[in-house]
Amino acid sequence: MANMIKLTINNMPVEVPEGTTILDAAKKLKFKIPTLCNHPDLCVAGNCRICVVEQKGSRTLTASCCTPVAEAMEIQTNSLKVRKARKDIVELLLSEHNMDCTKCYKNCICELQAIAREYISESDRFIDVSIRKPIDKSSPAIQKDDSKCIKCQRCVRTCEELQHVGAFSMAHKGDKANVETFLDLPMNDVVCTNCGQCINRCPTGALTERHYIDEVWEALADPTKHVVVQTAPAVRVALGEALGFEPGHRVTGQMVTALKRMGFDKIFDTNFTADLTIIEEGHELLYRLKAALKDKQKTALPMMTSCSPGWIKYLEHEFPDLIDHLSTCKSPQQMFGAVAKTYYAQKADVNPANMIVVSVMPCTAKKFEAQRKEMNSSGYQDVDYVITTRELALMIQQAGIDFTSLEETTCDSLLGKHSGAAVIFGATGGVMEAALRTAYEVITGREVPFKNLEIMPVRGMDGVKQASIKIEGCLPDWKFLEGAELKLAIAHGLTNARTLMKEVNKGTANFHFIEIMACPGGCLGGGGQPMPTNLEIRKKRMEAIYAEDRDLSIRKSHDNPEIKKIYEEFLKEPLGHKSHELLHTHYTKRQKY
Amino acid sequence: MSTDKLQKFKKRIDLIFSDVNWKEILDKALKTSADDIIKELIASCIRGRGGAGFPTGLKWKFAAQQKSDKKYVICNADEGEPGTFKDREILDKQAKKVFLGMAICAHTVGSDEGYIYLRGEYKFLVPQLEKELEEFHKELKAKKLDFKISIRLGSGAYVCGEETALIESMEGRRGEPRNKPPFPVVSGYLGKPTVVNNVETFVYTAMILKDGSKQFCELGTKDSRGSKVFSVSGDTPNPGIYELELGMTLDEFVELFGDGDTKAVQVGGASGFCVPRRKFKETIIGFEGIPTGGSMMLFNSSRSMYNVLHNFLDFFCEESCGQCTPCRVGCQQLLKGIVAVKAKEKPSKYLEDLKGMTETMKSSSKCGLGQSVPNCFNSIIDNFKEEVIY
Amino acid sequence: MSKSSFVAEAVKKYGQDRESLMPILQYVYEKKHYLSKEDMQEVAEALDLSSADVYGTASFYSFLDTKEKGEKIIRVCKSISCDLKNKEQIISAIESKLNIKNGQTTPDKKFTLLETNCLGWCHKGPAMLINDNVYTELTPEKAVAAIEENL
Repeated sequence: MANMIKLTINNMPVEVPEGTTILDAAKKLKFKIPTLCNHPDLCVAGNCRICVVEQKGSRTLTASCCTPVAEAMEIQTNSLKVRKARKDIVELLLSEHNMDCTKCYKNCICELQAIAREYISESDRFIDVSIRKPIDKSSPAIQKDDSKCIKCQRCVRTCEELQHVGAFSMAHKGDKANVETFLDLPMNDVVCTNCGQCINRCPTGALTERHYIDEVWEALADPTKHVVVQTAPAVRVALGEALGFEPGHRVTGQMVTALKRMGFDKIFDTNFTADLTIIEEGHELLYRLKAALKDKQKTALPMMTSCSPGWIKYLEHEFPDLIDHLSTCKSPQQMFGAVAKTYYAQKADVNPANMIVVSVMPCTAKKFEAQRKEMNSSGYQDVDYVITTRELALMIQQAGIDFTSLEETTCDSLLGKHSGAAVIFGATGGVMEAALRTAYEVITGREVPFKNLEIMPVRGMDGVKQASIKIEGCLPDWKFLEGAELKLAIAHGLTNARTLMKEVNKGTANFHFIEIMACPGGCLGGGGQPMPTNLEIRKKRMEAIYAEDRDLSIRKSHDNPEIKKIYEEFLKEPLGHKSHELLHTHYTKRQKY
Repeated sequence: MSTDKLQKFKKRIDLIFSDVNWKEILDKALKTSADDIIKELIASCIRGRGGAGFPTGLKWKFAAQQKSDKKYVICNADEGEPGTFKDREILDKQAKKVFLGMAICAHTVGSDEGYIYLRGEYKFLVPQLEKELEEFHKELKAKKLDFKISIRLGSGAYVCGEETALIESMEGRRGEPRNKPPFPVVSGYLGKPTVVNNVETFVYTAMILKDGSKQFCELGTKDSRGSKVFSVSGDTPNPGIYELELGMTLDEFVELFGDGDTKAVQVGGASGFCVPRRKFKETIIGFEGIPTGGSMMLFNSSRSMYNVLHNFLDFFCEESCGQCTPCRVGCQQLLKGIVAVKAKEKPSKYLEDLKGMTETMKSSSKCGLGQSVPNCFNSIIDNFKEEVIY
Repeated sequence: MSKSSFVAEAVKKYGQDRESLMPILQYVYEKKHYLSKEDMQEVAEALDLSSADVYGTASFYSFLDTKEKGEKIIRVCKSISCDLKNKEQIISAIESKLNIKNGQTTPDKKFTLLETNCLGWCHKGPAMLINDNVYTELTPEKAVAAIEENL
């Protein structure tokens, strides 16, 4: 048991464990102290100073986010001295911040703006000292506007601690201090994985996604274009947060209705190609196992999932020698683009040249992925525009759609049906679970031996999860797997991925299959999701994803009737010729530094 | 001319630059228990000579109390305060006495590893310091004290004189001050208990152990015991380094060093206070008046105090580490503000707005740098407002 | 990536711990008078840091330039005591001697002229450094002589 410390905050007594910060002790008494550099996912910085409080007997004010409580401390969180200091600090921050607020993408959802409002700041009291240089729009995913940066360094800590990418650092000092990439190179020329976690934690508009809202509206308004949309599973459990619902509220049906009202010609579902991914990737895994175990061929094992484009780019930079371990399956987004412009185009008799594929993703790295040179197996860029959950929310608002009271509808057929296995792609461990539901059945002819098909050991928020599954009672084709222990590992967040990859590199990890998602919690914590983000919110989204799975009648990818149909009528067989042409890809070694 | 008077002062106190038998002092210290050394230092009332003035005896006591497999002793030789150059002179002339203080500290707190963090500007001292260290290490070996001192260099960053920034820099990071607590005596270099003291402080600790705290206490005043090395520059016929008793008034000081036309003295460098002539009599140099790390700059009537303030603020804009808001942005606003007032782009009452803001720099900056920038600003604005406006 | 032997030497001498970063950068800087992109990348690789981190750390320190500089770097003290002693005249004298402006490098990459904060020679101002060597109590003539001595 930790020692308990007694103190008073605003004259109210409180008792908290030793080591608690003043900020958290105040929270316990229901006093909110404003913060900017502080973020629950990150280590303490104590540099913005907005959280200062008055401590009896202290000459200076105390930063509450980084000061632990002490016995008999007497704290005031809202004294005149504190209010004056905070007002000054806000105004100083505003003076180094480009205040084109009404033109800003973060207008009304900006944390600096919210605090400025609380302290009724005179925005022009001080002289403008913001850093003015061209906005970095080199990356298709993330844009960086230094004129809006308030140097809280949340992005630096996110990139370093959560993702171990280190694309940003504070550079220079004093009045030149600035968040920069290596040598201040354009974002697209550095090790950035486009995961967008920095955007999720940027309190201002300094880091935002490159948005493609206008392009999508233009496509929708163009009568010569056939515009289809796909939505990723994690979008439906988070979109509501940006449109008036509590975290964890599922809005699948309303989202479909809203997309119809916005004018998309067809509303499809990335879940359809998630199911397709499972078929392809599951067979690829079995193929690799067969090659390694039965035919004794040199095969890259463990096989690693390839759904998360942030993870892909990370591996290409950080562990280029491991790229053979990646499944050659494209991500569901890219499989969708490829089949939409071929299979669907044929069926619907649409010229793919006139088709626009829009995808709505919880992810910013998908914007980069869609623009990778190799992603054009339909003969066109397979996916034209990628917008984030946040962009979709804004478009729904722009369209004047009263989202909260919207009726629920379902996706269009052909590329719209999906299983629960596809839905759980949105949570860490989901791809693994979905793959097992199918692969186990392919091998044994029986369902995975877990209650309600729910493979609990691969679920949850632990950074690195390990599990194994014993294979017994194999069908004749798979006898070589009889009694084998299939070893699995799952990681989310690139720092955790790195831990795992170091083991793989050393050869100390003898896993068969590894699932990695770049973002904390998996796609549900993606860089394109509504803000704010924290563990509590991510857990609620996760619960919603598993509830969505439970509510579906089809729970296994291979049971999806539209999947059966596409194999019968178009692809013929998993890993077949057409699949290789449309659904599989290759990777590029990139520079690490 | 006041040269005669000066000679008298120089004769009276000579603790820092006097030649001593350092081996003897080391012997004596090693035969004294840690407790007794700490008692002696506490009795001497010596406070850190770098500027902040933390009681040295207490610092060593806290470090000695820590239970740890490893402790460090660091000599802060990152002397960067404009107008200060005494540490360079001490290291140049009496390096052994500095090492001696460090070794005594190591013996007291239980450390086997020491560092001198030397500012990059003083790199030319390294060869001679290395040579003297070699000799010193031999003696330690002979005396069976397991303690080794290495030199680490700074690379041009004033803020690294702040002890936690210095530690960050030694750890290979940007010299950004840390949040405190924990203080270095609990968690310092590489997370281990660490004593960081100024060059001059280490020499005084050795001298206190040599002569006893009583003798040291005879000098100075109640709050500022002992003597101090001053770096004197600016409009003075006698620029240089002087060891003087603490507690003298500025009037006495100016009588010794002034050129007869002194209109102001900047006590404590850019981060210190500007005192105008009319306040010389009442101003005591020491912790009860204006403390200083040693920098004393004199300005005569030919000088524009606007230029002086501009120079200081420009310095702080560059040398702030840039991590905390009040210091990073506050410094820029003060500099841009006085320029704007001078250019009549802002009304003169804007200076009052800025003064109001400096209260927040003082109360809310993360470290001593940002907290002390207002000293020069307010003292120059308060005393030389016309020069700043017109 | 072409390997810089200086980085390899420095890493061999100081080791691969984070605490060795400053000595390594200082070593390379002493040899090359600036830290190139490749140098920083190589240091990052050796110490298992991101290159942005190495750059961010280096750029904090005024004596670890990441832009190419001349073989001899002249740093004239601009702090108040040297300012009072007419450091402007010293800078002008050097500017006309080398035919460059403050902040620039001569076309032959021999000299770079910079200003710097307090060098700790306030009683003997104006002062300057040429690389690690100190020159004090300068007059325009003495400054020019110092340049010539370094030619």
